[in-house]
Order: sequence, then C-alpha cells, then structure tokens
Amino acid sequence: MLSFTLSKANDVAGAVNEVTSKKEANFIAGGTNLLDLMKIDVMTPRHLVDITQLALKTIDGNEAGGLRLGALATNAETAYHNEVEKRYPVLSHAILAGASAQLRNMATDGGNLMQRTRCYYFYDLATPCNKREPGSGCSAINGFNRIHAILGQSEACIATHPSDMCVALAALDAKVNVTGKNGDRTIPFLEFHRLPGDKPELDNNLQPDEIITSIDLPANGFADNFAYIKVRDRASYAFALVSVAAALEMEGDTIKEARLALGGVAHKPWRKPEAEANLKDQKATKGNFQKIAEAYLEGAKGYEHNSFKIELAKRAIVRALSQAAHLEEKEQA
Amino acid sequence: MEEQKANKEGQSEQPHNDTRRDFLKQSSLLTALVLTPPTVFNAAAARLDEKVAEKFEKVPVTLEINRVKQKLSVEPRVTLLDLLREQLNLTGTKKGCDYGQCGACTVHVDGVRVNSCLTFAVMLDGKKITTIEGLAEGDELHPMQQAFIKHDGFQCGYCTPGQIMSAVACVREGHANSEAEIREYMSGNICRCGAYPNIVKAIQEVKNGGQKV
Repeated sequence: MLSFTLSKANDVAGAVNEVTSKKEANFIAGGTNLLDLMKIDVMTPRHLVDITQLALKTIDGNEAGGLRLGALATNAETAYHNEVEKRYPVLSHAILAGASAQLRNMATDGGNLMQRTRCYYFYDLATPCNKREPGSGCSAINGFNRIHAILGQSEACIATHPSDMCVALAALDAKVNVTGKNGDRTIPFLEFHRLPGDKPELDNNLQPDEIITSIDLPANGFADNFAYIKVRDRASYAFALVSVAAALEMEGDTIKEARLALGGVAHKPWRKPEAEANLKDQKATKGNFQKIAEAYLEGAKGYEHNSFKIELAKRAIVRALSQAAHLEEKEQA
Repeated sequence: MEEQKANKEGQSEQPHNDTRRDFLKQSSLLTALVLTPPTVFNAAAARLDEKVAEKFEKVPVTLEINRVKQKLSVEPRVTLLDLLREQLNLTGTKKGCDYGQCGACTVHVDGVRVNSCLTFAVMLDGKKITTIEGLAEGDELHPMQQAFIKHDGFQCGYCTPGQIMSAVACVREGHANSEAEIREYMSGNICRCGAYPNIVKAIQEVKNGGQKV
C-alpha cells in the first residue's frame, strides 16, 4: 500500500474543508472496501480524512414522519434498529443479505452507497478497465462477465453496483442528504447512482467536495407487503447475481402501489416507475407479476456468461412480488 | 489494569535487508522534507537520522489490547492485523486473504467482531481489542475454545482463531439459535478443511450449555 497521511475531522464543515484542501484526498469511515482497493493500488489516496468521529451515527425520526439514518450508523446497527425492523423490514432484510456479520459491524450506511463495483477487471491492474483507467477499454465485455450488467450498460462499462442495501433504499424512494462547499442538498435515491455511459469512472453524482450526512426514509415502509430475494452462487456471503426488493401497498387483493428494484443487473439499483404504475389497481396475481417482469427486462442484453440473468431476473421478480403479496400463503389457506 | 509504556518499536524490527530498508527510509525522508514547511525542515535537517523519518511516518495511538493498555506509534497504513502480528507478536490472529473475504483475522473491537485486515490501527485510538490470546482466563480456556477441541472443530487450524472469535460473538449476539442461523452468521469465516459440521456442533454446545461467554 502506498503511504498516506491521515487527519481526523471533528465536524462536517471541517471534513469538507480537509478533503478539498488536500491533494488526492478521500474520506474514510468503515474502510471495508477502500482498504482492499488501496492494498492493490486500485485506489491510491495520498491523504485520508477519518470521519468516524463526526456526530452522524444516530437513527431517528425525520420531519416527513419517516426515519433518518445517520451516514455513520453501521449496517448492523441499521438492520437491527427497532424502527427499521418494524417499519422498514425490506431494508433490514436487504442489509442482512449482504456481506458478513463482521463486515456489517464495520461498514457504514454512507459507505454502503459509496462502495465500488466488484467487476474482476476493475480489481486487476494488469487488464484494461474504463472505470479504473478511463479510455483503456472494457475487459469484461468479451471476458468473464458472469456477474455483469444486463440493463443500462454501455460499450464502455458493464459493471454492476454490488450493494444489497441500496436496492432496498431505491425501492423505498429514500433521499440522500449531502453537504459540500456550497452547503447542503438532497439527492433522490434514484439520482444518486448513475449509469456508466461514456464516463464509467463516475459511480455516482456526489461531487468531490461533498459528504453524505444522512439518508432519509419516507413515512411508508411497506412493512406488511415486502420481500427481498437474493440469488447468488452460494447460500451466504456472496454478491448477488440478481436481487429483488419488492414492496406493495395492498387493499385486499388489489395493489394500490408497487415498488420494485433490482440489484446485480446494472450500474445502479434498477427501477422502472412507469412499469410499476401499471400494477396500480390490478389484482395481485402471478399473471400480472409476469407482465411487470417482462416490462422490467425489456431491452435487457446479456453477454457470453450472463445471459441467464435475464430469465433469472424475471423469475426472481415474480417470486418476490408473490411473496410480498403473500400469494402462496393464500393458496395454502 | 497494567499499563505498558514500553517502546514497541524495538520489537517490531523483522530480519531485513539493510540496504533496501535504508533506501526506503532515506527516500521517504526526502519526500517528507520536500513537503515540509521551512521551520520543521530546519529541525529535521538538524537531525538527519532514521528517528526523524519515523516521526514523519508514524502516528501515536493508544489501544487496550487483551486488557493491557498500550501506547504505540504506528504508520497510518498499518492494519490492526499487521500491528498485532508484526509489531506486538500476537500471531494468534491469522492473515488468510488480507481482503476481508475469509474471516481468519477476526478480532473484537469494543466487544464487536470485525475483520482486523480491513481496519487501520490508527483509527482505533482508545478502543479495546480482544484477540484469541485474550480469550482464556489464565490457564483456563474459554468455553468456546474447549468446545472446539471437544468437537474437533478444525483440521489444519489456520482459520480457527478467527472462527472462535466469530463464534463467541455469534453466541453473544444471540444468533446461535439453530444450525441454520449459526451457519448464516458464521458465513464470514471460511474453513478450507471443511470443518463446518464440527464448528456448528461446538457453537451449539456452548450456546445450549448456557455458560457465560
């Protein structure tokens, strides 16, 4: 690992000031992704601003009647928080589907949003990668691309965002609060991460001077009708090939509102609100769920090793929505 | 509580190639001097020796490791794992993958299990660290250590310190209520020998025995 200097920030303004005044500086909190990237020289900050002392650890009610997750609350603290378990179980389930108990104890909520792709070539300095070295080419398109994107990708990059937590946050329509040199702003969750386009080196729309301070959950947590399904190569401690967060607002058998977010298929958590809208006032049936699955995967493109994800995603969507609507329990009753 | 103020730097030196080591120290010193304000530069120039170089590179940090408070001086890029193994000779904690994928380096920080390979030691100022060496009470093994021996919860033993630290936390967290739950909550600890069935048995025995862990 290259040597670097480290300073501790005492407040948010100080952290922003420190990261912008130092050359090649990065924030560090949990460090669970930054350290491994630094060990192999994929990320080479010369200065780290330790933000773990900032007062951003609390999880509390927000003005919208929802919940505000401090950016430095750990993934474990969030998943096991009473209010999250009770009101936002899809978030709790998604977090616990990711990583290991050790990593969830270390990783913070803000850091979860900022984690980098797990594309093999991004980690391999011996191969071209447009995300790591813009303009060098994409090794994954014609390489081992089993874990790669099928939606929203570009010729420059077919990497996926690896988070489970973010898939649930996308389904819940969370908001990301950030602070920068010019003050505070709020970014709707679907606008936080970005598609690769011709700038795959940018994972998200956070500016270099900005720090995530908290994540706001809206009042409705869809606690009665939700599911998080994660399909992966082993039963635990593996990234998703496909994951689905499903949340429904039901009146009897009728869907009043549907939320559906996919993970493991794109450069960002994947939602298609216009397809979700077609489920409004429809009956919760496998046939209707199949229709939205087809709509979500419209235009999907697979590569040599990941074409299976298209059908897999459709089946996972139907299963997640069926589970959220308690279809199987009702069939058995 | 015993307080050690011994200079740990002396213990940290490994057998090394003097020429390469000297070159690295001198070159990093030069870099430091180039980037240094004139007032500091004068002080540094007056003592052109290794100690000055180290002052530029190292940061003081106080850690309580296995109930012993230690004042240490550590480079920012040193992980907790490397600090334990290379500077403090606490080699019970193992380096498996060094990328947070295997769990061999699991220790407790303020009672919570973490991967020490993904933690910079200088960020832990004031924290309490427990490693496998700190689990036993004198000569009396921790119930989880006894259970691993009884159930043969290992073959080669390399992952075992991490497995045991993780297993203790698993029981304390209340995540050892069934075989399935134990397997899920121990998934961050990989065992190449495949001792998983016996590891699960050991954890179940400790959980069901109701002993204080």
